[in-house]
Amino acid sequence: MEQFFIPAAVLGSFLILVVPGKYRYYYTLTLILFISLVTSVPAALQFIGTVDIAGNVSGNPLSASLSSSTWIFKGDLGELRFAIDKLSSFFILVTNFTVFTGMLYSRGYLKAYEKTKNPAQFSLHYFSYTWLHLSMLAVLTLRDGLSFLIAWELMAVSSFMLILFEAEKRSTLKTAVNYLVQMHIGFIFLLIAFLITEAGTGNMSFDALPAWFSNHNNIGLFLLFFAGFGIKAGFMPFHTWLPEAHPAAPSHVSGVMSGVMIKMGIYGIFRVLTSIQSDWYTIGLVLLIVSAGTGLLGILFSTAQKDIKRILAYSTIENIGIIGLGMGLGSIGVALHNPVLTVLGFTGSLLHVLNHSLFKSLLFYGSGSVFRATHTRNIEELGGLVHSLPRTAGLFLFGSAAICALPPLNGFISEFLLYVGFFKGLSAGNEYLSILFLLIILSLTLIGGLAIFSFSRAFGISFLGNPRKDIHIQSDTITRDMIFPQLLIAFVILGIGLMPLVFITPIAGLVETQFHPGVLHAGIFPVAALNKISLFGLILVTLVTAILLLRLRLLKNREVMYGPTWGCGYTEGTVRQQYTGTSFAGNLSELAQPVLQNKEEFRAIAADDIFPHKRSIHIQTSDIFSKSLGKLTDLSWLVLKKLARLQTGNIRHYVLYAFIFILLIFALLYLKLI
Amino acid sequence: MTGTLLAIVSAIFFPGIILRVKSIASGRKGPGILQPWKNIILLFRKSSVFSTATSFIFRLAPAVYLATICCALMLLPFPGMSSVLGFEGDFILFAYLLALGKLLFILGALDTGSSFEGMGANREALYSMLTEPAFFILLGTLALLSGHLSMQDIFSHFQFAGEFSLIAGAIAIYLLVQIAMIENSRMPVDDPKTHLELTMVHEVMILDYSGVDLAFIQTGTNLKFVLYGGLIANFFMPVNYDWFLVTAAIHGSPLTVHLMATLLNGIIFLLVQAAFAAAIGLMESFRARKKLAKNPQFIVTLSSIALIAFILVLLLTRNLIR
Repeated sequence: MEQFFIPAAVLGSFLILVVPGKYRYYYTLTLILFISLVTSVPAALQFIGTVDIAGNVSGNPLSASLSSSTWIFKGDLGELRFAIDKLSSFFILVTNFTVFTGMLYSRGYLKAYEKTKNPAQFSLHYFSYTWLHLSMLAVLTLRDGLSFLIAWELMAVSSFMLILFEAEKRSTLKTAVNYLVQMHIGFIFLLIAFLITEAGTGNMSFDALPAWFSNHNNIGLFLLFFAGFGIKAGFMPFHTWLPEAHPAAPSHVSGVMSGVMIKMGIYGIFRVLTSIQSDWYTIGLVLLIVSAGTGLLGILFSTAQKDIKRILAYSTIENIGIIGLGMGLGSIGVALHNPVLTVLGFTGSLLHVLNHSLFKSLLFYGSGSVFRATHTRNIEELGGLVHSLPRTAGLFLFGSAAICALPPLNGFISEFLLYVGFFKGLSAGNEYLSILFLLIILSLTLIGGLAIFSFSRAFGISFLGNPRKDIHIQSDTITRDMIFPQLLIAFVILGIGLMPLVFITPIAGLVETQFHPGVLHAGIFPVAALNKISLFGLILVTLVTAILLLRLRLLKNREVMYGPTWGCGYTEGTVRQQYTGTSFAGNLSELAQPVLQNKEEFRAIAADDIFPHKRSIHIQTSDIFSKSLGKLTDLSWLVLKKLARLQTGNIRHYVLYAFIFILLIFALLYLKLI
Repeated sequence: MTGTLLAIVSAIFFPGIILRVKSIASGRKGPGILQPWKNIILLFRKSSVFSTATSFIFRLAPAVYLATICCALMLLPFPGMSSVLGFEGDFILFAYLLALGKLLFILGALDTGSSFEGMGANREALYSMLTEPAFFILLGTLALLSGHLSMQDIFSHFQFAGEFSLIAGAIAIYLLVQIAMIENSRMPVDDPKTHLELTMVHEVMILDYSGVDLAFIQTGTNLKFVLYGGLIANFFMPVNYDWFLVTAAIHGSPLTVHLMATLLNGIIFLLVQAAFAAAIGLMESFRARKKLAKNPQFIVTLSSIALIAFILVLLLTRNLIR
């Protein structure tokens, strides 16, 4: 199978470049579907496997035989080993689904570019998209360090190409280069980490990590991997590429990047965690503290943004924080030999990976539709879109409710698992751990509240009220092909919310096989609670329907009147008097001023201004991390500028440098320093 | 379900008691106890006026708001009854259900495109964001003290958690009363009787609602009061009635004992609700509304009190049990 599939996929991707324009989209769609199906089958078999929460997994002979299915591709230069175990299989399924919905969405979204872009650019775009998919699958299945790093690099380059789709915009170009540079900094961390592994064990591979970790101090190498993978995942303070790159990319690409590509960083951290042998407690603490900060600051920054895609990008950072909190809880659980915390933490974290890939891609597609119809992403210029784009509005609201972790949708399920884990952890360790866990619960609730704040703002300002600017809304550009993938995602979101156990059971089995928290039985896992939650989901849906029906019945024979919004006695209100995104964020920005550091330029009306004239207010939000990173790069720029004096362009100077270098080597050898 | 039913019963007289206490405190005779409900029933009979700016979200919001509060009511614990719907971590669902109602409520206000309602929506979003931590820390404290995670178990084990459950209970009742006031947009943060739209929170958000939709919202608001009142009542209802029944020399089958206990608890429940309503009326009569700009500080103070209570409980339990 693999001898056929891998050359077929690679060859197929190159054919995109020559397929005529008329068939290009369908060809790529078929190719992506083909790749997804072929990889999903072994992944699904592996993932669903033989797990049962109530049953005893460890004694099951089938799970051992299914532990990992390996594809070996033999080429002229050697062989590539693709191993699918439970962890990879979960991420493969998540990746395939989102890449597929992104592909479906791209058809309608890219249509508008057909006049301005030439066919070669389209071919290159779909080619890169296919390669992003292939490289992500390779990242998930390759264990050997060198080939893993090559796949990792391919992923960075193909996503770089995808961001560059609108390369004629200067800002896009700058963002893309910034992205590429930051990805390579992450790459360096990973390279060093792998080299250390090789130096210790003679083998540069994930499989060599357990051996390395069993006779070294664990925390150091873990931190190196964490930094390398964390840049991709967007943990603070490594997140600065994210809010720039997501808005610059086309929406289906942002959806895939935010939904699954950054999760490759999470996969990497999980992969390393499965090999950790000691230092669990410290690792857990590091993960918890970094993640709590990431979550809180991420969502706080998102409340201050005006660009709808930047709001989503910062909320991605927040969700990475939530995922990290689950990993931290799981690690602490391993350290304390507390299977409950391990299972709840890791399961909640992995389920949130799936959940976030769903609602974030849904929201990015929705924001893409808004951009397509209005040609702006600035929420201050939008308003009242619910009337012209009702389907997009409904789906965006659905996604917002899911991302705010509101029942009966999927976000609530994963956060519920984490909450229960942290509440149970309150009495699991010593006093300090209790206080830390309480502070984590505090940050989780704050994150929840801020998410509601941020998304009621994003949705309310851009979709509700009256249009703030006279924009011609091209509602006919939002075709059925753009709505369909969103509906598909919404369906899965509701499915997870109403039938959580169907999805959680295999994930818990994954945690069981990868982290061996001990016997996984019904008592450990809140099965009853999850069943009750689905029951409440049904009750809620029924109640809402019943009340709406009652309302319809009551209003049936009554004359309903329509009029302008009540202006409190003032009848000449204009749309400019509506609350804006900035004013909605106003009171929160005041509270969070030390973090947000908004700059406000406004000259108040002075006492001697008899005739008021035009005034403007300008409020700018900056990311303190980008700012400090900017300072760092400025500093290194200064140093490098001084060093650049060595580069004289004079060949004689370069010969002199070589001579000095040789002399230095001789001198060091003579002094026995090297 | 006993708690839910009793809460619905108490919702009938709850708003009337508040009104009556307020009118007596200000030297008026005041309307009858059932007047607020008569008003709501009147609203149910009326037709609606909609703003042309609004969409389906405006019409959906009251239904979701009411439905979430009804769902949360089903989670209300009652001592001695095996909880049908409660589960481990049910208070998380409780808080997030209310949050869902709030989100839709905020969006409904933004849907009208009115600057006043935008203001109210913004304040509601901020205050609820700041209030939620206090609720969760409080429940965390109680969970730590009782060693359980469902509200039913928390309250039934709480009373046996030692002498210091008294002080923790006092702090918890204080916090719950304050949280209820904020969640319902009442006195220290918001004044439903204010006349200026600029300074309102809840009332300004429902400016454009009329008829049936307004009736749904007011029903929901009244239910929300008894929801918190029901939680408070759980601190006062003893789980174990043996001492009482022994002194009263009632010896019967376990079923009669259980029925007696439930009956007594039901009476206590209703009394606590009435007392809570009266307390709200008194607080509203003699307490001034805070400056809007000071509200966030006030709300954050609640979280700090809850945090102090948590650390106190942590120290007490660890030192005394070890």
